[in-house]
Amino acid sequence: MNFPILSTLIFLPLLGSVFIFLSNKQESNKGAKYVALFTSCANFLLSIFLWYSFDPTIANFQFVEEKNWISGFIKFKLGIDGISILFIVLTTFIIPICIISCINSIKKRMNEFLISILILETFMIGVFCSLDLVIFYLFFEAGLIPMFLIIGIWGGPKRVYSAFKFFLYTLLGSVLMLVAIITIYWSTGTTDIVEIINEIKIPSELQYVLWLAFFSSFAVKMPMWPVHTWLPDAHVEAPTAGSVILAAILLKMAGYGFLRFSIPMFPIASEYFTPLVFVLSIVAIIYTSLVALMQDDMKKLIAYSSVAHMGYVTLGIFTFTKYGVEGGMFQMISHGLISAALFLCVGVLYDRTHSRMISDYGGVVDYIPKFSFIFIIFTLGALGLPGTSGFIGEFLVLVGTFQKNYLAAILAGLGVILCAAYMLWLAKRVIFGKIINSKIETLKDLNFSEMLILVLLGLTVLVFGFYPGPLFETMGVSVDNLINNYQLSLKENIVTNN
Amino acid sequence: MEYAVVFLPLVGAILSYFGKFFGNLFSQIFSCLLVSISAILSIIIFYNGYTNNIYGNYQIFEWISSGEFNANWSILIDPLSTVMLVTVTTVSSLVHIYSIGYMSHDPHKPRFMSYLSLFTFSMITLVVSDNFLQLFFGWEGVGLCSYLLIGFWYKRNSANNAAIKAFIVNRVGDLGLAIAIFLMFFYFGSVNFSEIFSLIPEFADEKISFFGSDYNLITLICLFLFVGAMGKSAQFLLHTWLPDAMEGPTPVSALIHAATMVTAGVFLVVRCSPIYEFSQAALTFIAIIGMVTAIFAASVAIVQNDIKKIIAYSTCSQLGYMFFATGVGAYHVAIFHLFTHAFFKALLFLGAGSVIHAFKDEQDIRKMGGVWKKIPITFILMIVGTLALTGFPFLSGFYSKDAIIEFSYLRNSSIGNYATVVGIFTAFLTSIYSWRLIFKTFYGKYNNKVIPINKTHESPLIMLIPLFFLGIGAIFSGYFFKEMFIGNLNNIFWKESIFFLKEIKHDYIPLWLLLSTPVLVIVAIPISYYYFIYNQNILENFKKTNMPLYNFLLNKWYIDELYDYLFVNPLKKIGKFFWKKGDEDTIDRFGPDGISKVIKFFSNKAVQFQSGYIYDYAFVMLIGLSALITYLILN
Repeated sequence: MNFPILSTLIFLPLLGSVFIFLSNKQESNKGAKYVALFTSCANFLLSIFLWYSFDPTIANFQFVEEKNWISGFIKFKLGIDGISILFIVLTTFIIPICIISCINSIKKRMNEFLISILILETFMIGVFCSLDLVIFYLFFEAGLIPMFLIIGIWGGPKRVYSAFKFFLYTLLGSVLMLVAIITIYWSTGTTDIVEIINEIKIPSELQYVLWLAFFSSFAVKMPMWPVHTWLPDAHVEAPTAGSVILAAILLKMAGYGFLRFSIPMFPIASEYFTPLVFVLSIVAIIYTSLVALMQDDMKKLIAYSSVAHMGYVTLGIFTFTKYGVEGGMFQMISHGLISAALFLCVGVLYDRTHSRMISDYGGVVDYIPKFSFIFIIFTLGALGLPGTSGFIGEFLVLVGTFQKNYLAAILAGLGVILCAAYMLWLAKRVIFGKIINSKIETLKDLNFSEMLILVLLGLTVLVFGFYPGPLFETMGVSVDNLINNYQLSLKENIVTNN
Repeated sequence: MEYAVVFLPLVGAILSYFGKFFGNLFSQIFSCLLVSISAILSIIIFYNGYTNNIYGNYQIFEWISSGEFNANWSILIDPLSTVMLVTVTTVSSLVHIYSIGYMSHDPHKPRFMSYLSLFTFSMITLVVSDNFLQLFFGWEGVGLCSYLLIGFWYKRNSANNAAIKAFIVNRVGDLGLAIAIFLMFFYFGSVNFSEIFSLIPEFADEKISFFGSDYNLITLICLFLFVGAMGKSAQFLLHTWLPDAMEGPTPVSALIHAATMVTAGVFLVVRCSPIYEFSQAALTFIAIIGMVTAIFAASVAIVQNDIKKIIAYSTCSQLGYMFFATGVGAYHVAIFHLFTHAFFKALLFLGAGSVIHAFKDEQDIRKMGGVWKKIPITFILMIVGTLALTGFPFLSGFYSKDAIIEFSYLRNSSIGNYATVVGIFTAFLTSIYSWRLIFKTFYGKYNNKVIPINKTHESPLIMLIPLFFLGIGAIFSGYFFKEMFIGNLNNIFWKESIFFLKEIKHDYIPLWLLLSTPVLVIVAIPISYYYFIYNQNILENFKKTNMPLYNFLLNKWYIDELYDYLFVNPLKKIGKFFWKKGDEDTIDRFGPDGISKVIKFFSNKAVQFQSGYIYDYAFVMLIGLSALITYLILN
C-alpha cells in the first residue's frame, strides 16, 4: 500500500481549484465548471475504489499515511476505519451534486464559488481522514472559512448577519476544543489519536473537563439545543449548494467527532454526561419539531427538522449499544442524502420564483409533476417511512434508546409523529391544493441536470431503505470495536476505583 | 408462485405509474391483469395449503442486521396468511376492475391504478411477514397508500386535510406498535414471530417497572400492540380519521377503508394470539374497546346523512365486533367475520359508488330517493349487501356475526356476557341504520333538485360485474367456509397459526340466543320503514324535542372538537411560542445577538478615546502619569 490514496483524495480538489484559479477569467465559466465537475467526480470514483478495497473485517485503521510535519510534535497522519470511510464517500458523492446544482442557481462569480466548494471538499475529507488532533483541528476550523464566504458572498439579503452568527457560534465552541487539544498534548505528550485511544488513559477528573470542551464544539456544530439558532439563519441565507453541504456534511462532522474523540478518549466522562446528552437531544427533537410545524419559510422548516433529526443521532450514539450507534451512523448518512435533496428541491423552486415562502406556493403538482413526485419521495424519507433510508436510522436509534431508557425512547417516538405532521403539512401547502399564486402557472419542470441529481439521490435513499446491508457491513466491526473499548475502560475504571 | 403473489402487484404499480406514457388503457389493463393473476395464484395457494398442507416460510434477503437485531424480507405462508391473501387479492382485483369504470372521467387514471396496486403490495407484505419489522413496513406502507389515495383529489382542501389526519392518527397507533416491538426486542432479543412466540410462556409472569409502577410484561406488550391495532382499525378514540377518509374516491373506501387495511389491526391481534392468550387483562381491554366502538359507531351511523359516512361508521362498528370476538378469545371467529365482512362491505361501498355515480357525485341521502326502478341492478346488489351485513339468515353475515355472539356467550365470563348483550343490541342498531340507508336512497319521494330523475342511470357493465362477484361472496362465503373456519374442521384448518390456551367448546346454546339476533334483525326492517319513510313526522318531532342528543350523535360525540381543543391548537401555539419566545427572544437575544451588542457597546466607547486630537491623548497620558506617580509615592 504505497500509493498515498488518502492524500490524493484530500488534495485532488485543491489541485482542481488551483486550476480554476489559474484559468483564463475571460472565457471563464464553462471551463471552470468542467474542471470542477471532473475533479469532484474523479474524487468520487477514487473514494468508491477506496471503499471497495477497504477491508471491513479489520477494526484497526487502514491506509495509514504518516509524515513528520513539525518534527517531534505534529505528525501528518491519515487513516480510515469503517466509520470514517462512509463519511468520505458521502462527501465525495454530495460535492459533484452541489457543483451540478450551481449551474442553475449561481449567477455571479462562478469561478470563485467553485473554488470555495472544492477547497471545502479538501477540508472536509481532511477532517474525516486525520489521525492527529492538530491536523484534525486545522481541517475542522479551516472548513469554516469557505463556508463563511459561501454564505457571506452568495447568500440572501441577510447574509452578513447569518454568516457572522454562524462564524461566531462555531468559533466559540472550537476555541475551547483547541484549549482541550493543547491540554491533551501537555498531559500525554502526543497528539496522535491512535496512540491516545489505544495506549493512554486520561485521568477521569481531566476527562470531564476535556469532554465538555470537545462537547461545546461538537454541540454547536451538530447543532444541539440550545445552540442551534445559527443553523436556520445560515440555511435560509446560504445559496442552495451551501445549504446542501452544510446539512449533508458539515453537521456530520460533529457526530463523527463524538464517535472519534468523545467516546474513545473520554469514556468515563461520556458515561457521566449521558443524561445531559439525552435530555438535550430529546428537547431538541420535540422543541424543534414543534417550531418546524409553525414555520412559513421552507428552508427554515427543513433546517429545524435537521436539528430534530440530529437529535436522534446524538441520542443513538450515546446509548453505547450496537443498534444505537449504528442507527445514529445510519441516520447521519441518510439525513445527509435526504436533507440535501430537500434543500435542492427548495432551490429548484427558488430559482424559478425567487420565493421561499410556503404561502406563495400551492398546487404546483399540476405544472411541475416530476418535481412534485420527487419532492414527495423525499418528504416520505424525511418522515421516516419504512422502505426509505430515513426509517432504518430512526428505528435502530429508538431500539437502542429503549434499552437504556424507555421514557426517552417514547418521547423521541413522539418526534416521529410530529415529523409526519410538519412534513406532510409542508407537502400539502406547497404541492397540493388550489393554485393561489398566478406565477405557479408559468413554472417549468425539472431540467436535465436537476432531474439527474435528484434521481440519483432518490435512488440512493430507496436502495439503502430496502438493502442497507453494505453500510452495516462496512461499519460493523469498527462500531463493535468502539463499544468494546468503551465498556472495557469503564470496567477498568470501576476496578481501579475499588 | 409465492413470490409472484407478492411482487406482481408491485410490478403492476410501477408499470401503471410509468405506463402513462403509453396511454391510460395500458396502465389500467396491466394493473388489473397483474393483480388478478395474483388473486388467482393466492386462491391456488390457499387451496394447496388446505388440501395438500403446503405451507412454508420463504426468506428473500436480509433487510436490517445490526448486532442481534435481525430482520429479513420474507414470505410466510400459513393458514392465517393464506386466508388474508385470498381476501386481499380478490377484493383488490375486483376493485381494480371496478375502478376502470368509476374513474373513467378522471384525468389521473394511471396514478390511481398505481396507488391501488402499491396498496395491494404493501398489504400483502404485511400479511405474509414472518417478523414484526416487515409487518411494520407493510403497516406504514398501507398507511402511506391510504394517505395518497384519500388525498387523491388533491385540489380539495378537505381531502388533503383528511389524508394528513389519517396518516397522523395512524402514526400515533404506529408508535404504540413500535414501542411493543422495542419491548419485545428488549426482553426476547428478537423480532421474529416464531422466536418470540416460543419464549412467551417463560415470561408469562414477568413483571417490569414502567412509569413508576409494576406491570405484567406480556400485558404491556399486548396493550401497546393493541394501540397500533386501534389506530389502523379505527377503534374508539383513534377512529376519527376513518369517516374523514371518505373524501377519497369510492373504490378506495371499498378496498382500503372497509375490506382490507382497516382489518389489519384484527389480523395483528390474531397473529399475536400466542401472546394475547397469556394476558387476560389485555383481552378484557380489547373486548371493552371493541364493544364501545361497536355501539358508538352504530349510534352515530343512525343520524348521518352522507351515504359513505354511514357505511364508514358501519365498518367501524363491525371492526368493533371483530375485536370483541378476539377479546373473548374467539380469534378464528374474528377472522371469519373479517373474511365475510370484506365481501359484503366492499359490495356496499361499491354499490354506494354506483349510486353516487348515478346521481353525478351526490352523496347526501336526503337528496336521493325513489330511484330503485332506475338502477335496479345496483338496488338488488345493495339489498344483498345490506342483508348480509345485518345478519339476515343464511347470508354470510349471519354465520359470522351470530358466531361472534354465540362464542361470547359460551365464554361464560362476565365480559363474555356483556359482549353477548352488546352484540345483539348492536346488531339491531345495524339493521336500523342499514335499512334507513336503503329506504332513504331508493324509496320514498325523489328529492334531488339538480338532476332530473330520468337523467339518473345504471352504471356500466365494468362496474356491475365486480359487484356481481362480490354479491356472490356476500351470499355464499359464510355458508361455504363456516365448517372450515369455525366449525368442526377448524382445528385441521388453522393448525398452529392460531393459538388457544384454552379453547372455547362449541356446545349447547340456548334457543332464545340463537333466535334473538335474526328475529331482531328482521323486525328492524319494518320499524325502519315505518320511521324513515312511512311516518317521518314522529322522528322529526323526536328530533326537535331532543336536540342535544341529536346534535351529540350528529357531531360524532364531539370527539374531533375535543382533539382540536386538547392537541392540535395547543401544539400549534406551543410551536409558535418556542419559535418566537424561545429561539428569537431568549436564545438569540441573550446568546449571539446579546454578546455582539455588548461588544459593540464597549467598542463604541473605545472608539471615543481615539479622537485623533493631540490634546485628548496628552490629557489621557497626563492622567495616567499622575496615577502612576501617585501609586509609586503611596508605596
